[in-house]
Amino acid sequence: MPIKSYLAHPYSGKKNELSEAISCLSHCEVIPAQNENILIVVTETETMDEEKFLKSKLETIKSLKLLTMVSGFNTNKIK
Amino acid sequence: MYTSTTNRRSFIKKMAILSAMTTAATLFPGILFANEQERGLPKGGNLDWKKAPCRFCGVGCGVLVGVENGKAVAVKGDPNSSVNKGLCCVKGYHSVMAMYGKDRLTKPLLRQKDSYVEISMKEALDLIASKMKETINTYGKDAVSIYGSGQWTIPDGYVASKLFKGCIGTNNVEANARLCMASAVTGFMTSFGIDEPMGCYEDIDYADVFILWGNNMAEMHPVLFSRILDQRLKRGVKIIDFATRTTRTSMAADKSILFSPQTDIAVANAICYEIIRKGWVNRSFVEKHCNFSKGSTNIGYGLEDKFSFKDNPQKISFEEYKLFLEDYSPEKVEKISGVSAKDIKYMAAHYGNPNSKVMSLWCMGMNQHTRGTWINNLVYNIHLLTGKISTPGNSPFSLTGQPSACGTVREVGTLTHKLPHGVVMNKKDREFAAKIWDVPVENIPSKPTYHTVEMFRALDRGEIKFMWIQVTNPMVTMPKLKRYRDGAKKEENFIVVSDIYPTPTTDIADLILPSAMWVEREGMYGNSERRTQYFEQMVQPPGEAISDTWQLVEVAKRMGFEKQFYYNEETHIEEIYSEYRKHHNNNKHNMAPLEVLKENPGMQWPYVDGKPTQWRFNSKYDPACNNGKDFHFYGKPDGKAVIWQRPYEPAAEEPDAEYPFLLNTGRVIEHWHSGSMTRRIPVLHKAVPEAYVEINPNDAKRMQIQTGDKVKLTTRRGEIIIPASVNGRGVPAPMQVFVPFFDENMLINNITLDAFCPISKQPDYKKCAVQIEKV
Repeated sequence: MPIKSYLAHPYSGKKNELSEAISCLSHCEVIPAQNENILIVVTETETMDEEKFLKSKLETIKSLKLLTMVSGFNTNKIK
Repeated sequence: MYTSTTNRRSFIKKMAILSAMTTAATLFPGILFANEQERGLPKGGNLDWKKAPCRFCGVGCGVLVGVENGKAVAVKGDPNSSVNKGLCCVKGYHSVMAMYGKDRLTKPLLRQKDSYVEISMKEALDLIASKMKETINTYGKDAVSIYGSGQWTIPDGYVASKLFKGCIGTNNVEANARLCMASAVTGFMTSFGIDEPMGCYEDIDYADVFILWGNNMAEMHPVLFSRILDQRLKRGVKIIDFATRTTRTSMAADKSILFSPQTDIAVANAICYEIIRKGWVNRSFVEKHCNFSKGSTNIGYGLEDKFSFKDNPQKISFEEYKLFLEDYSPEKVEKISGVSAKDIKYMAAHYGNPNSKVMSLWCMGMNQHTRGTWINNLVYNIHLLTGKISTPGNSPFSLTGQPSACGTVREVGTLTHKLPHGVVMNKKDREFAAKIWDVPVENIPSKPTYHTVEMFRALDRGEIKFMWIQVTNPMVTMPKLKRYRDGAKKEENFIVVSDIYPTPTTDIADLILPSAMWVEREGMYGNSERRTQYFEQMVQPPGEAISDTWQLVEVAKRMGFEKQFYYNEETHIEEIYSEYRKHHNNNKHNMAPLEVLKENPGMQWPYVDGKPTQWRFNSKYDPACNNGKDFHFYGKPDGKAVIWQRPYEPAAEEPDAEYPFLLNTGRVIEHWHSGSMTRRIPVLHKAVPEAYVEINPNDAKRMQIQTGDKVKLTTRRGEIIIPASVNGRGVPAPMQVFVPFFDENMLINNITLDAFCPISKQPDYKKCAVQIEKV
């Protein structure tokens, strides 16, 4: 059950657009910075395949300039 | 950060968000996720926020620890702390998790043949006292020793020093800070006659140029580095990374300059050469406030047991110093350092520019150096020649790596030669300490015994029979580790280890004591900028664990020193701190009263007339200046700082045909030192689960090594097999490799060299010759 966090860099002037597009995706949470052109994206999926699919969907969003993973967890393995 | 045992996934999600926030804060200093930060905290619950200094590095960030139902469950940066202004690094945000690893030590454990049995704390303390008495009676008082650390709180270190030096009568007191900042101390002492930085973190807000000397601040001091990046965004300040390896700091800097290891000495001299040649010397400052001196040369590397060295300082003239520097023109130094004459002149121009304020920062790169004292002297030379010192923004600043390396080891004086005020060699200092300690002055020996490396050598040689190790992990961190591990394991030795988790050091213990950690007890730390910070006990320690302070007090009482260790269990921290303050009751070092520490996010010393001192030696800010001039370097009898003539001398072990690479060791942002705490924090452990060897991409290509390939590193001390990292977060220069030391499963110190600076006795972990082979 992967949980991953990413930093999403929007194209200039597209921060709100990117935030709204990510908000529309299932299993995704978006946290925009108040004062910088960057957003945190957290994904929470059931399987690795689902996670890969979600990431590929994220990467097709046109207002997204760059997506970098910050941390990844698999809750089953943490005790 | 909020942890709920009933919702593990929610907790992990918070971790993921926090990691992202921390990374974003490194990229964008001052970034705000205010809504999320508030949303992440439990509302309407019983969360009680209490202030403390962070448990980890020497920056001393102020944190607020959230306590709920007797457990520390959350951390946030303290917005009232002038150190970090509400920001934390990834380790700080996760710091409370270090208290709750599932293998916390909760009961004393006594070795019986090849296993341990649980005993009560009372039995354990009785045993320590009787073993110490027995050892002293049989072998003499210098057969017992204590080895602590810069993670000792101020009361821990104070009672250790009082017990061993004042009551037992041995100077066998050392701390791991010998391994991390002893060269900074001897640098200060030789240049200024008094320890610790003259400036403060506020300098960051005034400096125009930051020159980082072998200091990967982005990983080692990320909160301070964020403050510098913030100043770049606001004021366009310049950051110059002068290093032996390309790191995250190099990538964030405006200019990255690489030098061959050890040649920073030559480059610093070349900068001084250039400052003089260009007429950038602040002549008025130098004439009024500086002397010139030279010391012994070809001073050795301490590789032999019982190595001894005594410097022979001699005053010289400015003209003699200038003549000495003729060997260090930028063009000549380019040939040995690999730094172009143009880049040397570029750095010199920044220091020499009268309209520019410069801050130099360093840590292990300069301190873990066989000429560590010298390179500290040389950076001070640059600031003294240009008069860029002790004023806001003009600041040579040595950073520290542990939360109380300054507060405990340097200020309390938990090193063999030190007393809380002064040194054991000085009769007046011994008399002063003895009076406060209520012991006969004859108790305190007038000669230092063993510095850290020599203390472990003495254990191996059989001269020391009993060693008590508290809050440190020498069986991971000592250089040339195998010798010292084998020595410690000898059957005739009795080793006590006080810690919070099992480590390779508890593995060699005859008796293990469970310790209370950080906010499980009350105490104080002192950070890099002379700031003393108090923390109260917020939660109960597990099982029978008690503080290191109280362990020592109980043993002292059992040894017959009830009179000196009169403290009450409920009030002992206050009583100890009040007693300790007496040692520094003067306007050069006065410590703030406990009530002031309790009310504030720390207070800097000297604390005089109700005010902290931000810039020492400057009469505008420092009430201890009394020479009637604008500056007063009062650590020296004549009030003048010393500009030292120090030559370049090669490293103890240079690469050769058999061992053609240079090995450098160090840290990563996720792990704190030997990893015994951070490797038990899942998010940090998962981020960097094991050590690796960074190899230059061209070397890797030639040797057909790729990331993840197993590589054998061999030195004259032994070998280690470790996965490769090519083009990872750090990139060494060609024919150099880098290995972080946090991983107890890959003990890089098994193969490092125990060469040290003959003046500071601090080992050089940054340079030894190594052979590399793909396996």
